[in-house]
Amino acid sequence: MTHIILRHHDVENIHELSVYQANGGYEGLKKAFSLGPKAVIDEVKKAVVRGRGGAGFPAGLKWGFIPGGDMQKYIVINTDESETGTFKDREILEKNPHQVIEGALIAAYAVGATKIYNYWRGEYMDAAYACEKAIKDCYASGLLGENILGSGFSCDFYNHFGAGAYICGEETALLNSLMGDLGQPWSKPPFPAQEGLYGKPTVVNNVETLANIAPILVNGADWYVGLGTDQSNGIKVVCLSGHVNRPGNYEIEMGKVTYHQLIYGEEYGQGMRDDKGFKALLPSGGSGPVVTADALDADVSFEGLNPFGSMMGSASIIVMDEDTDMVWATEKMTHFFKHESCGKCTPCREGTFWLEKLLIKINKGRGTQEDIQKLERVATQIQGKCLCALGEFATSPVLSTIKHFMDEYKAKVNTAVPVPAD
Amino acid sequence: MLKEKYAKEIESLLARYPEDKKVSAILSLMHIAQKEYGYMSQEAKEEVADILGIDPTHVLSITGFYSLYYEEPVGEYVLEICNDLACALRGADEFIDMACQKLGVQKDEITPDGLFSIKNVMCLGACDRAPMLQCNLKFHEHLDEEKFDQLIDHYRQRAAEGDDRAHEVVDKILIETHH
Amino acid sequence: MSDLVTIFVDGIELQVEQGATVVDASKRVDVDIPVFCHHPKLEPVGMCRMCLVEIGMPMRDRATGEPVLEEDGSPQINWGRGLQTGCTVRVADGMRVRTTTDVVDEARENVIEFLLTSHPLDCPICDKGGECPLQNLTMAHGLGESAFDFDSKMQNEKHVPLGELIFLDRERCIQCARCTRFQDEIADDPVIGFHNRGRALEIVTLSDPGFDSYWSGNTTDICPVGALTTADFRFGARPWELIPVASISPHGPEGANITMSTRQEAKSGGRVVIKRIMPRQNELVNEIWISDHTRFVHHFADAADRLTKPLIRKGGVLVETDWDTALTTVAEKLQAAGSSAAGLSGDRPSNEDLFAFQKLFRQGLKSHHIDLAASRIAGGDVTAQVGIASGSNLLDLGRGDVIVVVASDLHEEAPIWWLRVKQAAERGAQLVVLNVRPTRLDKFATHLVHYPVGEAVATVRQLLGAAQISDGASDQIGKIAEAIVGATNVVAFYGYEGLTYAETDVLAKSLANLLQVKNSDGHSHVGRVNNGLIAVWPHNNTQGAWDMGIHPALAPGYQSVDQPGRSAAEIYSGVQDGTVQTLFVMAADPVGDGLMNGRGLLDFLVVQELFLTETAKVADVVLPAQSWAERDGTFTNGERRVQRYYPAIQPVGESRPDWQIIEQIGHKMGLDKPHFAASLVFKKGIAAGVPQYSDMDYRSIAKVEKQYPDVGGEDLYYGGTSYENKHGLGQQWTSAAESGDVAMFTVPDVTPSAAGALPVIRTAALYTPGTLINRSDVLSPRMAQPTLHLHAADADRLSIATGDAVIVSVNGQSLQLSAHVNGAAPQGLALINGVSYAAGVLDAKIETA
Ligand SMILES: Cc1cc2nc3c(=O)[nH]c(=O)nc-3n(C[C@H](O)[C@H](O)[C@H](O)COP(=O)(O)O)c2cc1C
Ligand code: SF4
Ligand code: FES
Repeated sequence: MTHIILRHHDVENIHELSVYQANGGYEGLKKAFSLGPKAVIDEVKKAVVRGRGGAGFPAGLKWGFIPGGDMQKYIVINTDESETGTFKDREILEKNPHQVIEGALIAAYAVGATKIYNYWRGEYMDAAYACEKAIKDCYASGLLGENILGSGFSCDFYNHFGAGAYICGEETALLNSLMGDLGQPWSKPPFPAQEGLYGKPTVVNNVETLANIAPILVNGADWYVGLGTDQSNGIKVVCLSGHVNRPGNYEIEMGKVTYHQLIYGEEYGQGMRDDKGFKALLPSGGSGPVVTADALDADVSFEGLNPFGSMMGSASIIVMDEDTDMVWATEKMTHFFKHESCGKCTPCREGTFWLEKLLIKINKGRGTQEDIQKLERVATQIQGKCLCALGEFATSPVLSTIKHFMDEYKAKVNTAVPVPAD
Repeated sequence: MLKEKYAKEIESLLARYPEDKKVSAILSLMHIAQKEYGYMSQEAKEEVADILGIDPTHVLSITGFYSLYYEEPVGEYVLEICNDLACALRGADEFIDMACQKLGVQKDEITPDGLFSIKNVMCLGACDRAPMLQCNLKFHEHLDEEKFDQLIDHYRQRAAEGDDRAHEVVDKILIETHH
Repeated sequence: MSDLVTIFVDGIELQVEQGATVVDASKRVDVDIPVFCHHPKLEPVGMCRMCLVEIGMPMRDRATGEPVLEEDGSPQINWGRGLQTGCTVRVADGMRVRTTTDVVDEARENVIEFLLTSHPLDCPICDKGGECPLQNLTMAHGLGESAFDFDSKMQNEKHVPLGELIFLDRERCIQCARCTRFQDEIADDPVIGFHNRGRALEIVTLSDPGFDSYWSGNTTDICPVGALTTADFRFGARPWELIPVASISPHGPEGANITMSTRQEAKSGGRVVIKRIMPRQNELVNEIWISDHTRFVHHFADAADRLTKPLIRKGGVLVETDWDTALTTVAEKLQAAGSSAAGLSGDRPSNEDLFAFQKLFRQGLKSHHIDLAASRIAGGDVTAQVGIASGSNLLDLGRGDVIVVVASDLHEEAPIWWLRVKQAAERGAQLVVLNVRPTRLDKFATHLVHYPVGEAVATVRQLLGAAQISDGASDQIGKIAEAIVGATNVVAFYGYEGLTYAETDVLAKSLANLLQVKNSDGHSHVGRVNNGLIAVWPHNNTQGAWDMGIHPALAPGYQSVDQPGRSAAEIYSGVQDGTVQTLFVMAADPVGDGLMNGRGLLDFLVVQELFLTETAKVADVVLPAQSWAERDGTFTNGERRVQRYYPAIQPVGESRPDWQIIEQIGHKMGLDKPHFAASLVFKKGIAAGVPQYSDMDYRSIAKVEKQYPDVGGEDLYYGGTSYENKHGLGQQWTSAAESGDVAMFTVPDVTPSAAGALPVIRTAALYTPGTLINRSDVLSPRMAQPTLHLHAADADRLSIATGDAVIVSVNGQSLQLSAHVNGAAPQGLALINGVSYAAGVLDAKIETA
């Protein structure tokens, strides 16, 4: 299959403007100019490009929320990518930056935005070099700046670098951070489409979401709808990591590849490392509920894991073999969420701390049966009460491992040396 | 003084944001300040505050919130090793122990020659190439003991040669490429 | 103004303004949704998650838009997914709110339990114990016991100074961000912030000097736990031992409503002492805010060096004497002087004191030689005509309205007004700032004019001219004039920065005329609610002093006298040339302020005071007066709101209320017997003798009504924020313009004050050394030091550097100042700060010492 997003696998040096253009680059933008903004939004709506940042909200709908009128509007690209196990956006922007720039320009044209900010996690600064170069080349060739390609549409593009905070991937936290504040989310409404960056209507889209846009304009929404499943149109870049032989990013058509194929397929993971048995996988970094072998035949799509109480999310698949200590893994993930909790809302701030305390205790062999119940209770107590989804995410490794691996928890507390009550 | 030394760069960074929203540039200015002072020293914070016309308390707040800023002095090369789940599944915890032992320091300590410090950090988005680390924002991936030794030698040699490119990534992206 | 929507809270139907939050709306029907981070004076943030409730909306058919009905005909409600924060959700028509369901109860328990995993249970030793929302809400909604093992509680620093005024207990902080949001949103001084993230989040400051905003004390009020305390009150007392006494700030023209928390104390010899000052809610005046000046200045009341007995000069020295001797001596001396006797008063005493004072002179001595000892700003007669109309509330100004501020640094001179003006600007009012130099208000100005030195009057005249011609001139002045004339409401403030007394008179009258210019629909900006003029008076009762007739030409109620007496300036010159021989000074220190050069050729000088001031030191008789905290009385604020204060502590020594002393002297001179109480002075004297006050008495001034947002109340969740106002919202007297047209003022000509090569003006600082403030240990270190601010270019020319000692001589007087070269002074103008020197553009000589 030829790649639609990870095109560097098929076309050498696609990060160069000339190569990108020689291979159909910026034709989508030209098409957009010829269609006019409203038709562009309609086309993207028709294609139903669900957001690749994890939440799966259709991009066309989101663009459609941007009010008309002359006020300043913004496109913000979410390149924060900090979820454990996620590394696709870096590769896309490093190897095929123009496709993201083009997608963002089409979005900007469609909603009437004249400034695009690309918010990178600070750790990706080195990887941003290709993008910096691409921006420069675009300005030099009239693809950015005043009156782009004589269309009358003008737009600027700026890279902006964060400084290490997972929460800045949440769109409102990202916007706060971009405005020079602490990267803490705000309580929605207002949604960014109403009051986003600097209080102005703003579209926040994931890198991969935007990378889908130009091909859709070039090939038409019908082509895109023809790919994937009913609920999951098009293709998806999955990040495969953990105990597989060949971790990495793979582009797949949604609904056409199972998790099993991803792990064992020759063109994908090429099997479990050291030929160990499979135990479990996290389908969406730390934040999606863990699934076990029975889910391996599910296909990778937004709906594929529904029967298993989990979800595709950003498709950051962390694979764990039979030797993996699941309580240890849960502590790792919980530590991540505790470390990254911004502290703004009570249940997340206090709850993640409490969860980690309990897990450390259990892992150290000091836990009791009661602590497992407590763990479950605290996680449940966090649910439905947080300001943003981070707190909710933090509960999923805990609750899903308790569900699937209660025996491992029990084994830990049963060997526990009894300790005096606190 | 950052204001004088990086006048052009600061101006170009500030130019990315609307007239009355220059505080948006704070993170980039702090990356530059940290390159200059090694960590977010009092001076660094005050200078950033001064450039943006804000209270230094705000810079302090930001310093504490984002993990890439250091509140205490660090080695010239900060080795930030990811040991988050995906990396840990591929031996990152052991790798950190090995690295600490090799350099003879604990996490967050500075080697006696002032060259290195080691930190463990959360996911850096390179899980498929674990174990990995970032050194002053430069990624080094697919590591093992041997490659780690080479890396350390490489930086030691650089330091011995008086190379001033310790912060080459910030230089490349925030200093040299301003437009 | 705003549209009403109908909502149902726990089945109770209510109408409430669109845009209200669910939490605030529910309070209207006494449903208390618990909150921690929410505060109705701050923007909602929804971070503590305490206020989670169920919120539903009537469903509508997608196709028809018609409401979907249940079988019984009631609207079908979509309860959404899960709980929502009542503090961020705004009401909408038909909304249903459920606050008493099991899920809601459980959420509250859960959130409290989470909070208590960090918060210590040290209520018995906490300053907030007894008035703590967390304590209250834990009792009401907590679990009783927690599954958390409290060994793993946060161990954290307990007493972190955030500056010299405010201390932080890190363990107690529940990260609600009320304090940081207050400093940012309300005070515009974001000098505290959060540090770190997650559970390590803590409040920090890096400001130099620390957390030292003019408003910092308010953060201790709104902190929902005992995490923030003032240096003053920390461990001072348990809130439940305190007796609250309603009062009015003795500082500033805004008339901030306060409550003094008092307690009888063994260590003070069994005396009742003031332990702290907190705001008392008055949405019309100060809402729930007070400046740190008001919060901490009270220490003068029980300062160790208060005068306790009358003093009389014997053999060249002042010795203690009894009241009768002192009063008899004064009465005899005054009577002997008769109509040549002169009286000077400060503008801090109560209306009762001031009324009695002028009565003693006018009726007892037939003398009109009375004036304010330090008259900086004219125009009481102007505000009496066109002052801000009664019933006005600066809180109501916003979009469509204009506020003009001329020649005043409101932030330093009247911080509460600064706050309210700034907030009106943030609500959309156009703010016009005219001054000779930049101030902290500039940032919020829609139109900003820094006029050249000496041209204040000319600038306002231009503005008036432009408004009267209204030729649509597009220059800045033309635009401002257009904005003013066309505005829905206009309030104009004027001060005295860089102006002489005579200039302020012209300014007041020109502004008055400007406000009277009618717009196209025949409206002018006087005599209507939320319109009119406000003078930025220097003290808490300058307005009252004008009203009571402390003026050589104006008797009480602004009645002109046939033969005006000597003005203060004329009295001072009379003291030097011997034409004034007998002088009574009440609550003022003209010698200390450099207005009077010793006792000159006076034959007799009596001083009535709290302290042995410079003037008292050269007096023949010194009469010890009670401070405002020891008695009751009324002050009239700059919006002409008459407000009562109540006695909080016992009198110091043998001191007596000013009005009583004066009436006792009068009685010895043959006037009426002294009244028994201040209320009677008000009723029999003021209400009868000052027409504007004729419809007032102590009861009408003390009227209260329910105020929204309900912050001062004794509910669970704003506990400790401020005191409920049970003692009076005050009463504003009606300006002349409210009952009919007033004439345009004839504006006198005035020569702008002379300016030499480098003109100098005095600028005000909130903490300027003075008799009262000097006695506050908390404030004295933050006093503005006598300083000369110079622009770098001027400093260069004069070869003066920061830190140099300089002598500035003005009108034969030398001031010792320290030079400061910075951005505060514009080029070509020097500023002197930290001295209580008179106003105007000064032709001063600057030399290095
Ligand atoms: C804690 C948290 C972290 C997130 N991190 C990311 C991220 O790194 N990248 C991303 O694109 N979206 C992230 N999201 C989702 C964004 O909030 C937002 O939905 C997304 O950027 C929208 O883009 P899309 O519609 O194109 O997916 C995160 C959300 C949460 C709650
Ligand atoms: S100190 Fe008080 S007001 Fe400030 S965040 Fe903590 S609890 Fe809230
Ligand atoms: S979240 Fe509503 S009061 Fe804090």
